[in-house]
Amino acid sequence: MDYSLDELTRAYRLMKTIREFEERIRSEYQQGKLPGFIHMYRNQEAIAVGACLDMTNDDYIASTHRGHGHCIAKGCELEGMMLELACKQDGLCNGKGGSMHIADMTKGMLGANAIVGGGPPIAAGAALTAKTLKTGGVSMAFIGDGASDQGTVAEALNLAVVLQLPMIFMYENNFYAEFTRNPKPEGRIAERAGAFGMPSIVVDGSDFYAVHAACREAIERGRNGGGPTAIEAVSARYYGHFEGDPQDYRDGAELRAQRAAGDPLPRFLEDPRTAALNANSIADIDSAVFAELDRTVELALAAADPTPDKLYTDVYVDYEGRAMQ
Amino acid sequence: MKMSIREAINLTLHEEMARDSRVVVMGEDVASGQGGVYGVTAGLTEKFGVARVIDTPITESAIVGAAGGAALTGLRPVAELMFIDFLGVCLDQLLNQIAKFRYMFGGQARTPLVIRTMIGAGEGTGPQHSQILYPMLAAIPGIKVVVPSNAADAKGLLAEAIRQDDPVVFCEHKALYMNECEVPEGDYVIPFGKARTVVAGTDITLCGLSRMAVLAEQAAVELAAEGISAEVIDPRTLSPLDEESILASVSKTGRLVVVDESNPLCSMASEIAGMVAEFGFDYLDAPVQRVTAPHTPVPATPCLEKEYVPSVADIVRSAKKALEY
Repeated sequence: MDYSLDELTRAYRLMKTIREFEERIRSEYQQGKLPGFIHMYRNQEAIAVGACLDMTNDDYIASTHRGHGHCIAKGCELEGMMLELACKQDGLCNGKGGSMHIADMTKGMLGANAIVGGGPPIAAGAALTAKTLKTGGVSMAFIGDGASDQGTVAEALNLAVVLQLPMIFMYENNFYAEFTRNPKPEGRIAERAGAFGMPSIVVDGSDFYAVHAACREAIERGRNGGGPTAIEAVSARYYGHFEGDPQDYRDGAELRAQRAAGDPLPRFLEDPRTAALNANSIADIDSAVFAELDRTVELALAAADPTPDKLYTDVYVDYEGRAMQ
Repeated sequence: MKMSIREAINLTLHEEMARDSRVVVMGEDVASGQGGVYGVTAGLTEKFGVARVIDTPITESAIVGAAGGAALTGLRPVAELMFIDFLGVCLDQLLNQIAKFRYMFGGQARTPLVIRTMIGAGEGTGPQHSQILYPMLAAIPGIKVVVPSNAADAKGLLAEAIRQDDPVVFCEHKALYMNECEVPEGDYVIPFGKARTVVAGTDITLCGLSRMAVLAEQAAVELAAEGISAEVIDPRTLSPLDEESILASVSKTGRLVVVDESNPLCSMASEIAGMVAEFGFDYLDAPVQRVTAPHTPVPATPCLEKEYVPSVADIVRSAKKALEY
């Protein structure tokens, strides 16, 4: 498959943005400047970007608790994201969602999800909309290896097959379900999804080109009425389950080896297919990414909190929530 | 035109599907067979086709979740949760996902979703097919809960449920399906949060929910024979709840019996009694009486089920207790 310079530029810019976004918010979080829980996506960048590169705003994704990378890959603006992670009024969700529930309907990003396995039924519904209204859109659920054991995921797999929905089950197998190593061998998740009656494939999640090729095929299948696809992208979780988890349960030597071997950025840059992206343009992208992060962090930390009356807004469309009477 | 609740719901589904092509009906057996256990969706497939009348596997999390995802992205689904007891296998999609979309996404989302579900005892269907459970749902911000007690209300409230933009659980009491009354022809929409005065009276207020509104009306007839003028109020929607009409009635009568087929702890009867105790204390001439089912599961045996469900005699007895206070 040939890649245009525009595609290579977008792929690199998005992966680099995710990488540096995560490093920056991790640093801000450690300084106590961001509330709640955050879950780092480092080293899984090629999965989000490879998965979403061919999507438009009429395609949908349902994300997970580890969702910042999915947001960026799907086109969410850093400013709105940064404001939301800081839980400010002008954030994507007016500060009411935060990191674990961030969403952007204008981009077809149907929400991060703090319930493991919560997203796939919702993504199936978005696929049903695309099919019923004949929009040509597809819907993708991101699913961790931990979530792969949830009943909701099995129900969504089955429904997608029965209704032949334009849907992609994008598994990200980083081998850790929170603090517990998932005992399933590589490929078992794809095998299980395939048993529902859909094509399934295992790809190297640190190889952008492998992820993108698999997703391009799955998206085309969905757009052409060919039904759902499952993809198991194999990766290694770089940081802990949530930020602040010291990962004492992991073997240090193994973790260091996985971190180096699983880094998708050098792998992308060293690939001959990336040659058209020259050193100058990479440097330009890098400096633009850092500048945008500086700008948005500064803006988000200084931005206004929601006023107390906002507690009651947006519970229902036609009336507000309330304290009592 | 005189028709049963079952027929009124069926008619409204036909009318709303004809009115808006985004309305789809989905659930177990809604298209095939006789149109559900009681034939409520009969004839829809012939009229609107399987693309809009969607039979699903027995997969409640996927039905509810996919209906939510479809509503979030442009359809107006009417999903069927065959019995409300099946909340036990899909509550996450309603509680943590659908109910919270609008709030946690900062007002970006609209979720025009109706979940039709059967409630109630009286048909010998036992512990797992006869519960009420609507107090659990009314307690969740972001969901509206509707409990029609006659065919006219069923038509007007279902039309409103389908046309408005929030998630609604529409509770159909299975022992009321065949009850007939006059139903207005043509476009008939009842706004939520408006109670119906079933019988006007001056001595005592009987507030009955769902099937209990019918029993309260029968109790009012018995009380009238003894020279007692009972006012019967049917709130029709539990969330939003027409507190104003209940308080207005109590301000006139000074006495209140709330009749609710729920189990007693945290029931709607408790909620309404608490609301009146807090905001209508000065109106009360006697303690509020709650008539509910006991704190037991619903027994299968008809002889015990009869004991379980509040009766007209229970309502009359509680009314007299309040009057004799």
